[in-house]
Amino acid sequence: MPLDRTTRGLIFAHFLVAFAAFLVAAILGVYQVLERAEIIPALISAEGYYESVSIHGNLMAYVLTTFFILGFGYAVAPASLRQPIWRPGLAWLGFAAMMVGLVLVAGSLVTGNATVLYTFYPPMIAHWTYYVGSALVLLGSLPWVVIMIVMMVRWKRRNPGERVPLVMYATTANAILWAWTLVGVGTEVVFQLIPLSLGWVEGIDVGLARTLFVWTLHPIVYFWLLPAYTALYSLLPPAAGARLYSEIMGRIVFILLLVFSLPVGIHHLFVDPFQAAGWKLFHAFNTAIVAIPSLLTGFTILATLEESGRRRGGRGLFGWIPRLSWGEPMVAAAVGALLMLILGGFGGVVNSAYAMNTVVHNTMWVTAHFHLIFGGTSVIMYFAIAYLLWPKALGRVLHSTRLAVIQIVLWFVGMVVLTTPWHMLGLLGEPRRTAFAGYAETFAGQWEPYELTMTVGGAVLLVSSLAFVWNLVATAVGRRAPDAATPHLTFSTARDHEEPIPTMLNGFTLWNWIIALLMLVAFGYPILQFFLIETYPMVPFKW
Amino acid sequence: MHIDRHERLWTVIATAIMATIFAIILGTSLALDIHPPSNVETVDSQRLHLTDEFAADNLGVSRGPDGGLVVRLVAVRYAFVPREVTIPADTRITWRLASADVTHGFHVPGTNLDSMVVPGYVSEIHGMIREPGDYAMLCNEYCGVGHQSMWTRITAVPPRQWRARPGEGGR
Repeated sequence: MPLDRTTRGLIFAHFLVAFAAFLVAAILGVYQVLERAEIIPALISAEGYYESVSIHGNLMAYVLTTFFILGFGYAVAPASLRQPIWRPGLAWLGFAAMMVGLVLVAGSLVTGNATVLYTFYPPMIAHWTYYVGSALVLLGSLPWVVIMIVMMVRWKRRNPGERVPLVMYATTANAILWAWTLVGVGTEVVFQLIPLSLGWVEGIDVGLARTLFVWTLHPIVYFWLLPAYTALYSLLPPAAGARLYSEIMGRIVFILLLVFSLPVGIHHLFVDPFQAAGWKLFHAFNTAIVAIPSLLTGFTILATLEESGRRRGGRGLFGWIPRLSWGEPMVAAAVGALLMLILGGFGGVVNSAYAMNTVVHNTMWVTAHFHLIFGGTSVIMYFAIAYLLWPKALGRVLHSTRLAVIQIVLWFVGMVVLTTPWHMLGLLGEPRRTAFAGYAETFAGQWEPYELTMTVGGAVLLVSSLAFVWNLVATAVGRRAPDAATPHLTFSTARDHEEPIPTMLNGFTLWNWIIALLMLVAFGYPILQFFLIETYPMVPFKW
Repeated sequence: MHIDRHERLWTVIATAIMATIFAIILGTSLALDIHPPSNVETVDSQRLHLTDEFAADNLGVSRGPDGGLVVRLVAVRYAFVPREVTIPADTRITWRLASADVTHGFHVPGTNLDSMVVPGYVSEIHGMIREPGDYAMLCNEYCGVGHQSMWTRITAVPPRQWRARPGEGGR
């Protein structure tokens, strides 16, 4: 089914907000590396740095992601199920709530009333508008969750015995993941942070707050990553001119990601004193499991790319690589995404290694890991998806495919140049989220060459960001597409598309029960304990 | 359910890789008793000065009841108290920290000493600094606009040269 007007409007509105936020955050990112490197004295400001990190983090991690992912879902559901969006009015209501929330959050951030970075840090407390705004952004995304689930369920009722298209199965998995994810931070914001910021309560149990936050902190990263994987499985094969190597593996991967990205959050609390060692080990075990679907994805996508290269005449063990359709943004982005997934995944395994985490905890190592997986693997695929969907939403032709590929390559180079010195700085003990090194030269002097290198990475990323936004703007005012009124989306066909699939890989009921059980085990006692022991709430502080 | 032969093999390999890694982590943690700080011990951070343990004159290096060395520190924006600590190198020491205000971090780069210091809870770490020398103990968690200046110097001296200075851990 062609994308109708309503669908195109929803995609356009969500992407517009997402990429406007991205541009602002990218510029702030460059300020942060320059500030930290202390090469331009006029830029050095602790207040400026922490406020900038707060805005950069909120915009990249919450605004870019949430708005982009919702817009992507609104494209996938009608195009793959061949039915119009269910209750578009509800979708627009959610969008409006998110915009109101965004205005509140932005207001508190730019006036310097919410310099709590983007992971909250109680008992430091921001102005109440920051938390109410955040709650509205989260609440405003729930209509999307409902719409995705309802559309999939209604399609299944109308098409009994048929398989839900893989792209919709993956998107619904992400919607369900998002609902589970929000429980932790939602509880913290509504029952702890908003009452404290309004002065309704005197203090906050920081241990409980941090535990609720990590309920959300890990699956949210997978909420950001799943659209990238969804594109690898469903949009990359047609762009590369190949069949997906295996659909059944794709379904298994998305289920594993959904189930095992949730009961792992306490690995963020390895060196926090208020959780016992046994729970930390249990979450470390689950974390090891959640690495497996990423390893499986690497294989399936590489096999798909290999078939593409061989179809195009590639021979020998590696001869298919140069024959890939490198001029396609989706192909270039997919290769970059996989390479950064390997680098970032390696760092992640170190982070999750229970005892080894001690060496790198809260250092620049973590920042490097996070930027490779999120800024790298996830966002590079967001670019490729945007190059596909943005023109279709506007009924235009992409301004320049060549510039798109150059931009994607620059992003990859910039990320590697940025994060390699960060890994080194982490091993040397430089803490993350620190305005500059206010320590003795004997300790901090050895960090300097790496800090200079990271500014080069930041500059390359800024050029790439500007090229991306320029391409979208030029597209919006550029040539109309011949199929402007009826744009289509093409999804992958798998080699095994005629093989039967088990019912449990065509729905989510069983998996939701398993998640409920796992979360009860993984977080039940770690949360309950705060009500069983005598705790001492802390009063709020400014920063 | 049909799964491709190669993918089946790769699934086994991928699972074996992660199982091996986790087995090593689990084995070393349990056999060598390597655990991150997990003591689940509460303290009233607003009244630290009135507690016996974290009162100002009890901070610094002292001998515990079992004869082992204990270093007690208070993390408070933007310093660790006391400002300088001298300890014997190559000696197992218990570190006990509490926050007097917000959440802080505690990291001695180049060693395994790393912990969050969360208001309302005591952090206890066991570890040693092997080589004599000057070390920095940094706050590695954002604690406010002075966070980048929050650190303390730790001097590790050869074990035979070390003795408790008067006034340090005086009780």
